[in-house]
Amino acid sequence: MSGMKNFDGKVLFLDRSDINTDEIIPAGYLTEIQKQALKPYLLEDLKLSGFDPRRDIDGKSVIVTRSNFGCGSSREHAPWALEVNGIHLVIAESFARIFRQNMFNCGMMAVELPKTDIDRLFFEFSTKPTTLETDLNTMHFRFRADGREAVFPFVISRFDRELVAAGGWVAYADAHY
Amino acid sequence: MGKTAVEKIFDAHQIDNPFEDICVLRLDAVFCHEITTPVAINDLVSRGLDRVFDPGRIKAVIDHVSPAKDSKTALQGKILRDWARRHGISDFFDIGANGVCHALFPEKGFVRPGYVIIMGDSHTCTHGAFGAFAAGVGTTDLEVGILKGVCAFKYPKSMRIRISGELASGVYAKDVILSILGRIGVNGATNRVIAFEGPVVDAMSMEARMTLCNMAVEAGATSGICAPDRTTVDYLWPFIKDDYTSREQALAAFSAYLPDPDAEYEETLSMEVTDLEPQITYGYKPDNVRPVREMAGTPVDQVYIGSCTNGRIEDLRVAAAVLKGHRISKNVRGIVSPATPKVFSQALAEGLLQVFMEAGFCVTNPTCGACLGMSNGVLAEGEVCASTTNRNFYGRMGKGGMVHLMSPATAAATAIAGRITNSILYKG
Ligand code: SF4
Repeated sequence: MSGMKNFDGKVLFLDRSDINTDEIIPAGYLTEIQKQALKPYLLEDLKLSGFDPRRDIDGKSVIVTRSNFGCGSSREHAPWALEVNGIHLVIAESFARIFRQNMFNCGMMAVELPKTDIDRLFFEFSTKPTTLETDLNTMHFRFRADGREAVFPFVISRFDRELVAAGGWVAYADAHY
Repeated sequence: MGKTAVEKIFDAHQIDNPFEDICVLRLDAVFCHEITTPVAINDLVSRGLDRVFDPGRIKAVIDHVSPAKDSKTALQGKILRDWARRHGISDFFDIGANGVCHALFPEKGFVRPGYVIIMGDSHTCTHGAFGAFAAGVGTTDLEVGILKGVCAFKYPKSMRIRISGELASGVYAKDVILSILGRIGVNGATNRVIAFEGPVVDAMSMEARMTLCNMAVEAGATSGICAPDRTTVDYLWPFIKDDYTSREQALAAFSAYLPDPDAEYEETLSMEVTDLEPQITYGYKPDNVRPVREMAGTPVDQVYIGSCTNGRIEDLRVAAAVLKGHRISKNVRGIVSPATPKVFSQALAEGLLQVFMEAGFCVTNPTCGACLGMSNGVLAEGEVCASTTNRNFYGRMGKGGMVHLMSPATAAATAIAGRITNSILYKG
């Protein structure tokens, strides 16, 4: 389990659906071949009023957003840009397939919660500094802000759990195939 | 119970079923380009795993930025080039022989009905036009594909779209797929394969089917797929003529990958296209679609004809037919990028490039370039581009730029007028 990532920390709320991978990391930076070089450019082109990547990303470890996060290009630079910023977990109503797979392939998590849970998170927490604790064994998220606390169960498949435990698909596949 | 085409392909390729609905598939081909592959190569090297599962099944091209525009893109090309040499990957296409991956690889005969193909590129779904399961993946899946020749997918769910009627003159596969996107949305086919069926698909050329399947991912689909038929066999014949005694025999072999009549689909949509008008996108999502007529008159700064969606010879013929005898507006920059060297030389031989040049277009070498805002036609802040590509995301063709997606005919008519224009106005 040595490769396992951290899934706790401060939450960044992005109140929009269909955030695409061009917004997460613009194509201009795809010429970088070191993941670390992507760090300053995360969410640079996000179209979301009130959001300032230079101010809002720092110190955050988790993203909570709406539906179809990560649509568009297959670029794994999007999960990498999150990873090098210390964000290993995205929670959304739904994800684009390739983005979701890329996250688990990197040993990170893209977890779906029902719309009612996401609505509640935005309603109760998104305006306050919020932190999350993830319990992978019991599969629960515990959100905290201002003395308020909310716990949500989540589901990921056994395969996804194995990928997280192995630290990603390369390690898993090399051991199995 | 019957099976869909993709279920049959999965059944024929599954080598492991480690969990629930997870299928590990054997790959017939892994396609590579210089943007997503170098990181996989470097990671394999750093893990001490610098190997390839089968050099004959790996096809690689430098296409996104070609010729290299700066030291970084030169290095990406070099990493891919050195790796192809080191591993004896003979199907490697460098400058002079290179073109946009999803136009080049079909042209080389690398795609066959029933194949499973992955590439580190979301528009890999294009190759479903041949009755293959072809899916875009990230760099990690690509890396494992290169190393082991396998990839994991969930057992596929399919959505069927039956397209009937007859396309009016001036209306093309691009208009059909845009109208489908407008109807089902950018999330409408997530985690599903779209099976395109019906008389309109049957009547389409392979080029048109590729345009259709190309944008399946814009609806979130894992891939698009068209049933292999006589058109597929005719296209592939030069590459398969030694494998089969006749075209009929090839067709019979490929029919193993036809869907059963009682196959189950999660959803079936029917579309009647006889009254379909030319379509265009208007916002920053590919499902923001309306008839061109409703956008007519919107000024544009640049017109781009090219890409894996619409940079093939048929597309250039259609655009040249509209442009012939006209000059493009003084307020517009016209750029055409034939998608492959073969398309380029065909367009040259047919006099199409002359038509483009006389109209005032700049003709570039085959490359992705402007499509993803990396070279050969990047927009300035606030500029508007009429484009035959597949994505209109904010900043896609240049920071702060706006992209309207449309067919080559609409793009050509728009270039002449300098404003979004229904191509039908320029017919005869
Ligand atoms: S032409 Fe555009 S969409 Fe197609 S592969 Fe190249 S960059 Fe991607």
